[in-house]
Amino acid sequence: MTTASDVRPVTAGSVLGPVRPSGGVWHRVVRDRQAWVGAGLLAGIVLWALVGPVLRPWDATHVDLTAFGQPPSARHWFGTNDIGQDLYQQVLVGLRKSLVVALVAAPVATALAAVVGAVAGLAGGWVDRALMAGVDLMLVVPSFYLLVLCSPALAKAGWPVLALVIAALTWMIMARVVRAQTRSLRDRGFVRAARFAGAPLGWVVVRHIWPNLASLLVADVTVGVGAAVLTEATMSYFGIGVRVPDVSLGTLLAAGGPAAATRPWLFVCPALVLVVAVCAVSLLGDALRDALDTGAGRG
Amino acid sequence: MLRYLARRAANMLLLALLATSGGYVLASAALDPLVRFRGSNPPVPDEQVRRALALTGTDPDTPLAGRLGSWLAGLARGSLGTSVDNRPVTSEIAERAGTSLQLLVLGTVLGVGLGVLVGIVGAVRQHRWFDRVTTQGSFVVLATPTFVVAVLLMVGATRLNDATGRQIIRFTGQYTPGHDGWAGLADRASHLLLPTVALTLGLVAVFSRYQRAALLDVLSTDLVRGARAMGHTQRSALVRHGVRVALVPMSTLAVYTGGMVLAGATITELTFSWHGMGEYLLLAARRGDVNAAAGTVACAAVLVLALGLVADLLHAWLDPRVRL
Repeated sequence: MTTASDVRPVTAGSVLGPVRPSGGVWHRVVRDRQAWVGAGLLAGIVLWALVGPVLRPWDATHVDLTAFGQPPSARHWFGTNDIGQDLYQQVLVGLRKSLVVALVAAPVATALAAVVGAVAGLAGGWVDRALMAGVDLMLVVPSFYLLVLCSPALAKAGWPVLALVIAALTWMIMARVVRAQTRSLRDRGFVRAARFAGAPLGWVVVRHIWPNLASLLVADVTVGVGAAVLTEATMSYFGIGVRVPDVSLGTLLAAGGPAAATRPWLFVCPALVLVVAVCAVSLLGDALRDALDTGAGRG
Repeated sequence: MLRYLARRAANMLLLALLATSGGYVLASAALDPLVRFRGSNPPVPDEQVRRALALTGTDPDTPLAGRLGSWLAGLARGSLGTSVDNRPVTSEIAERAGTSLQLLVLGTVLGVGLGVLVGIVGAVRQHRWFDRVTTQGSFVVLATPTFVVAVLLMVGATRLNDATGRQIIRFTGQYTPGHDGWAGLADRASHLLLPTVALTLGLVAVFSRYQRAALLDVLSTDLVRGARAMGHTQRSALVRHGVRVALVPMSTLAVYTGGMVLAGATITELTFSWHGMGEYLLLAARRGDVNAAAGTVACAAVLVLALGLVADLLHAWLDPRVRL
């Protein structure tokens, strides 16, 4: 099998040496314009998702009997659907649901990767081989296939379970990265000292490995939020993600898809909001990731 | 080299077997083979349900290990069992895989090839207009779900057809019924156009980013400068000592992106309502068809591993150290 250090061909930092102390990383992030743009955009979107509904007089289920399937106007900023519901309010409801699903899925996925990767890298031996074999096995079948396969069992479970399943199927590559980083930390003095002093494995992971990988993990959560939003939207579009009565950007896109040629706003509005949201998260995530690389500032 | 390949092949066979068995277990756990009998009025007699379940080997009263055993035994004989509509899964999948492979192969070759090319040009001419445009472009493409790109392409094609008053680009399904010979071939090509563009766009975005970063990594070392000092022209130094070295990490990356590429192709064909493997899996999930679902997952595993093997071969070809 391919060795662990091959997993991140792009980032020299992970292969060339130990992770920098996180103080330096945050310092670089703070000076990075891209990080600020991403963070600002993201803050704006979250704020809008929360206070946006107040800006219009009706709610997402209100039916306007004078406007069936109307294009965007001063009255209905994003237009209305076929039964006269205001798309602006619906997009806000969907955006909140999409963000919440992603904000549950991404940290859980990173946490899984952090636990599996650190334990495998530190323990070595058969524990390492077994865990990595499991990771390889899960990478053999595309997670989209596994998500489809699980979908009947998810039908009645609601969105929190959906978020957890998305997390359970998207942590594997990061686990390999964490393992590679852990192995490079394993031979450093402070880790060896702790282990020879008899500290249990879990203690070493929590006290020494994770703090040194903190910035990597934070970057992964950020990137993961964007990926989870895209996964959720794709699943919902094919009717196997978020389901009625819940509304997400994916279900709105599924509803608007067939009408995209005749009433484009039903598709384009939720699509634009989705793309802008994912762009904001990626800008921030990429900036965080670049700050970790020795070749920072290139990307 | 041969020993390396043999080891890889053995490893892959084991992974394929494990993934296939895992797929069957997961399908048995997640799907309910009784779903199609529920809510039928008048109710289907128990005897008949039992016989139908026995036919597909999905009787919940048989222990899972036994069901898996007989399914694997069937697999060894080259049979994936029968689906709920009583057709052999093997032939159904063979037909659908043919459909899916058209898009998968074309999209992968174009996507990876163009992606690498775009990445190289972007790295060599860093911060010039081409680099800026492709960087920003791939950023937006990566933030857009594949199905949104596909739907937008369909809307564009509809507009074009409406504007010209003729069906220039056809995009529903794989072909229009009733065309044979050259007309049929042209018709299929026309149907292939938009899905290929949708899939290629996403892959170019991914691979150009990686290739650009990998080449920049190489360019920051003295490899290319050294080659220049040895008397190579700039072009030959770049290609033989820059690009070739930068392709090595790309080929290892491809091992991990096989699944992503397949998922992208599946989502694309689903959006364009092709009768491919994705549709079969969705149908199987809806109908509680364990055999069809497990068969599709097995086929996907084989495809991903095959993509991984291609990447491995490329890797061994590019990097002499691997062959030892």
